[in-house]
Amino acid sequence: MSNTYRVSCGAGLENEEEFVDILEERRRSSDLGHALRTFSPHPYKGAESCSNADLNKAVLESQYLRYMAKEIAAETGSSVEEVREEACGILEEMSQNLQLKCIRLMGFTLTKVLKRLYSGIFVNMEGLNMLQQSIQEHPVILMPNHRSYMDFLMISYIMFTYDIPLPFIAAGIPLAGMKLVGELLRRSGAFFIRRAIGSDKLYWAVLSEYVRSIVKTGIAPLEFYVEGLRSRTLKSMMPKLGMMHMVMEPFFKGEVYDITLIPISISYDRVLEESLLAHELLGIPKPKESTTGLLKASKVLQEDYGSMHVNFGRPMSVRHLCEGKINRCQYNLVPRDLPQKPSAEVQACVSWLAHLMVRVQEEGSVMGPWALMACLLLQAPTRVLTEEGLPWQELTDKTLWLRKLALDFGARLNWPRQAPDTDVMSSTVALHGSVVNRKAGRVFLVQEEEPARNRPISPEEEMISTAAAVLMLASYRNMSLHIFVRPALLATALHITKTTQKDELLAFFCFLRDVFSNEFIFIPGNSSQDFEEACFLLKKCGAVHVSEQEVTVSDAGLEVLSFLQALLQPFIDSYQVIFRFLCENKVHVYAEKQFLTAVRNLATELILSGELHTYEALSSDTHKNVLSALQRMDTLTKSRASQQNEYTMNKAAVRRIDDILSGKIPPQMLHTTPEAKL
Amino acid sequence: MASNSSGGSDRQRVAQQRLRIITGHLQRREDGDSTIIAAECKAEGSQTDVSREEGKTVPRRRQEIMKWNGWGYSDTKFLFNKKGQAEFTGKRYRLSGMTIPALKEWFEGTFGASMQHKSPAAPALNSGAVQPPTLNEAFLEELKSTGIPFSHDAEDRVFRAHGHCLHEIFALREGKVGRVPDMVVWPNCHDDVVKIVELACKHDVCLIPYGGGTSVSSGLECPPEETRCIVSVDTSQMNRILWIDEKNLTAHVEAGIVGQDLERLLNESGYCTGHEPDSMEFSSLGGWVATRASGMKKNIYGNIEDLVVHVKMVTPQGVIEKSCLGPRMSTGPDIHHFIMGSEGTLGVVTEVTMKIRPMPEYQKYGSVVFPNFEQGVACLREVAKQRCAPASIRLMDNEQFKFGHALKPQVSSMFTSFLDGLKKFYITKFKGFDPDRLCVATLLFEGGREKVLQHEKQVYDIAAKFGGLAAGEDNGQRGYMLTFVIAYLRDLGMEYYVIGESFETSVPWDRVLDICRNVKARIIGECKNKGVQFQPLSTCRVTQTYDTGACVYFYFAFNYRGLSDPVHVYEQVERAAREEILANGGSLSHHHGVGKLRKEWMRETVSNVGMGMLQSVKDYVDPKNIFGNRNLL
Repeated sequence: MSNTYRVSCGAGLENEEEFVDILEERRRSSDLGHALRTFSPHPYKGAESCSNADLNKAVLESQYLRYMAKEIAAETGSSVEEVREEACGILEEMSQNLQLKCIRLMGFTLTKVLKRLYSGIFVNMEGLNMLQQSIQEHPVILMPNHRSYMDFLMISYIMFTYDIPLPFIAAGIPLAGMKLVGELLRRSGAFFIRRAIGSDKLYWAVLSEYVRSIVKTGIAPLEFYVEGLRSRTLKSMMPKLGMMHMVMEPFFKGEVYDITLIPISISYDRVLEESLLAHELLGIPKPKESTTGLLKASKVLQEDYGSMHVNFGRPMSVRHLCEGKINRCQYNLVPRDLPQKPSAEVQACVSWLAHLMVRVQEEGSVMGPWALMACLLLQAPTRVLTEEGLPWQELTDKTLWLRKLALDFGARLNWPRQAPDTDVMSSTVALHGSVVNRKAGRVFLVQEEEPARNRPISPEEEMISTAAAVLMLASYRNMSLHIFVRPALLATALHITKTTQKDELLAFFCFLRDVFSNEFIFIPGNSSQDFEEACFLLKKCGAVHVSEQEVTVSDAGLEVLSFLQALLQPFIDSYQVIFRFLCENKVHVYAEKQFLTAVRNLATELILSGELHTYEALSSDTHKNVLSALQRMDTLTKSRASQQNEYTMNKAAVRRIDDILSGKIPPQMLHTTPEAKL
Repeated sequence: MASNSSGGSDRQRVAQQRLRIITGHLQRREDGDSTIIAAECKAEGSQTDVSREEGKTVPRRRQEIMKWNGWGYSDTKFLFNKKGQAEFTGKRYRLSGMTIPALKEWFEGTFGASMQHKSPAAPALNSGAVQPPTLNEAFLEELKSTGIPFSHDAEDRVFRAHGHCLHEIFALREGKVGRVPDMVVWPNCHDDVVKIVELACKHDVCLIPYGGGTSVSSGLECPPEETRCIVSVDTSQMNRILWIDEKNLTAHVEAGIVGQDLERLLNESGYCTGHEPDSMEFSSLGGWVATRASGMKKNIYGNIEDLVVHVKMVTPQGVIEKSCLGPRMSTGPDIHHFIMGSEGTLGVVTEVTMKIRPMPEYQKYGSVVFPNFEQGVACLREVAKQRCAPASIRLMDNEQFKFGHALKPQVSSMFTSFLDGLKKFYITKFKGFDPDRLCVATLLFEGGREKVLQHEKQVYDIAAKFGGLAAGEDNGQRGYMLTFVIAYLRDLGMEYYVIGESFETSVPWDRVLDICRNVKARIIGECKNKGVQFQPLSTCRVTQTYDTGACVYFYFAFNYRGLSDPVHVYEQVERAAREEILANGGSLSHHHGVGKLRKEWMRETVSNVGMGMLQSVKDYVDPKNIFGNRNLL
């Protein structure tokens, strides 16, 4: 029995990559032996030897913090000493305290947990080798995606196993609050960042100096989630730029020669928190992170979660990436220790790079049959799934068809070769028994089992239960969206505009891309490339013919196009519900909470009345994305009034977006403005 | 701490020796009781012979004593002898006539070069490769009537068509010659220059001033697009000290004098200027003024802009000079600053009044070993902060330290090598310095004996705070000697497929370490990208300290075997290195100047308005672009 296997990415054997199951070794040898192994990493050769205490001291004594302390003292009227004391407190709350002993303990525990939960943890050795190399050359930033709490110590665990220096990990402050666990994480290298720092100048100053110092000294690799949060939808999220900027600054300012970014894609067959996440999206608040909560959750440890893939991407040189994008001379005239507002050029570059990293994470993620099956299941009417069930044969046939399309589009697919395809799909469905079940040759959506009740359940409650299942399914579909989204935008453009003119299609494509920029990750400034890619892929799978001027649908292409268009339909429907809500309502100004509740109520109403078919319109994630999109498109303005956000909107502008989206405004009327942002 | 004074006395001995040779020449000092020593322009029209004062280094036919396709004197060079040992020929330098046993190993080890792979130069200039001169007959006729010597001999012209940039020397070694001046004139004094410039304006001839020929900015390259007759104005014969004013401590000197002659002649009178750029053997006073030169001992004596009291320059619009010798004036922008750094684009500097100082009573070399470069820089920064920098203080990085070691001549006694071994043991084993990280600072103290010793203690005390260990005078002295022979070493490298160059910048203190690291790394990275097969030598040193920053020198060389166009690769790498310097807050140049090599960055360096200012000065002073070397702008 081999402990390695291959993941095909795109068509053809030459694109295969070797993944090694690191649990295989653990199952064969002693867990204690692993935890007590000799750890002798090769650190960054330019690293200054410096302890955690030295690092903290250097941060507090930095010219930058001194300056900021003075400035803040002058602004607030308190004394410099008080401000510095406060800074000291912030740093204490924030800073990590990595200790090998603790890593050994965590390693031991993790081995136990991982072996129970997962059938395998597959790591690409080539990527790991490259990481080992680059860690010696330049400061390294590890940038994993964040889909589950399981991610958190995964990278450290692998690094420990393979003798690579252990990272400092940026974490959200709620984790620090957990009894014992917080301290354990801190000693495993986590440092904690408050949420909603807002305009707390001192906090920003301490944080940014701390991060920059880690990068500058090269004391340890830095790990952070560029998406900022754990994705509730398993879809990539718009990257957060603050941390990214802090990390890059030492390069911009010439304090390091280069910085190496390592995109890491962690993919799960089945996510531990699947049902929690779905409920959160429906507005049922997530339990506060607490140690008792964690212990209670231990029943999830009884289940099977398939395998996990950790794909270490090719190391990326910041110097190389920024070539021609940044004029570093802009830092020549002000002492580098002083605060300086980043120029538009720098902001654009950071944003571009952050988006790029998320895209690379997407491309590196490995998806299994389930992501494809989820796409297809969601395209069946929900009522069919809950009541009649989808014929198994139909689902498997379609899945095999979709597998080919996905491979054509360059997906990294984990589809076991040894077993017959039907067995693979059967076991996949079995693994996801929490979402679907297979009875008498049909596949049904699993309705949540309610504890025995006296009264009959209300239609609303029933709907919530269905919605939770649909949203779980949607999350798994989301794992494959990055493969399809560009061609799907083109398919939608073809469908709505009914035109064949390439320039009109490009204009509409750009419009869609703009509207859905918060939903899917597009690299700023890349709209033409995205369009070209969409054309290329649709042509490749034979769905369209592309000429200089025209894109025409081929006879054989209808199946592909309607699949792709249906893939996006729930998003379009959800957005339109909100657009209409905004247009038809008399109110111009909303408080955020009020808005979210109103939209959810409206969506519930529409679903119950049968006017709206997609349960995804209930997802709070979508609601927030719409708000951000409208804001980005200058149709909403956000302001802060008495403790919460308020939105003032421009109805005409929202209506126009809605009209374009429903095809009421012909594409000729759109201005092609492939964004001039970058 | 080493404290014997052999360094100082050695120097004095050499000076005395020089004196003896030239005695009997300029004994005029005795015939006057005045404190002013004067010499007049001796340019009689008929004097066209070569044999002028013997004490002067530079003859009209430079090729008689200097290499036409390499650095320095013809009799002096490095070579690997039959035994494979490096040898330095000639008698001119301390290292001359010695074998350098460690050089071969260092050379082969550093560059991957091999004695088997030679890349010899073309043996002699093929006059056929030189374009026949485009002469302006009317100009020539009138020039003849002035009696100013001139030549359009191919060798004379080629010699003045280049400085010492790598690409220039590389081309010469391959026997390739581009656009060269059409003739060379040798004015004898200021008035000769006035005549030449007048004639050039009258007949629309392009003039390119030529001093010592040590430019490393492509400043002497003839613009290939220039169609007019190009005349090289070689100032080497304008080399007299016209007077010395002992009351005010100034000397009035013709601008063609080269550094070593100026110092020697002043020394005879008990004075010095203290201006010692690394090129001082060959570079001229006029060249220093025209490029804003800097000398090794600027901490005591100042840079050229601090030394100059008065300048005379002949321009197409006439002669520019100030009316008095006041030490400072508030009379609008200082017109000297239009002249200094004008790089031959506005006129010919003919005479300069500069500060002189009594010769120092005592000189002492020294050196300090630091555990690493970071500590060394921190020490230099502290020295600058306390404003107690010695006459010279330089910090070499680890690679240069090793290079310096490879240049140690054969030790004569067992005892010395035993001592060397002991020192090495002490530093690396006892003090725990990592031989691959340690670096060395070289020091030169000058002044009254007591003060020097006191000063020395102060500096060593500071060094000790940064982990520095005194490492003896010998190491210090060898460091400074290296400066003069390093240019000869490049010629040796070029015999074995190794090309290299140095370039400099100035940078604020807080960026010194960053710029050193980044530029060195950039050079290595670019070499790799451009297909250089061997690891390049990429090293640096901090050569000057200022209140707010430092001057940093980079040395860069690589083995070019396997490259089809090594010079192009070299130029791309140098260009990248310069961009890296600018991106790290370094200046375009500390003292080499802009020339044509760094012109592309001038606008971003001085801003649009700045360029406009400079351009408008050029337009006024030289509307016909008589001084057409096209440097700077």
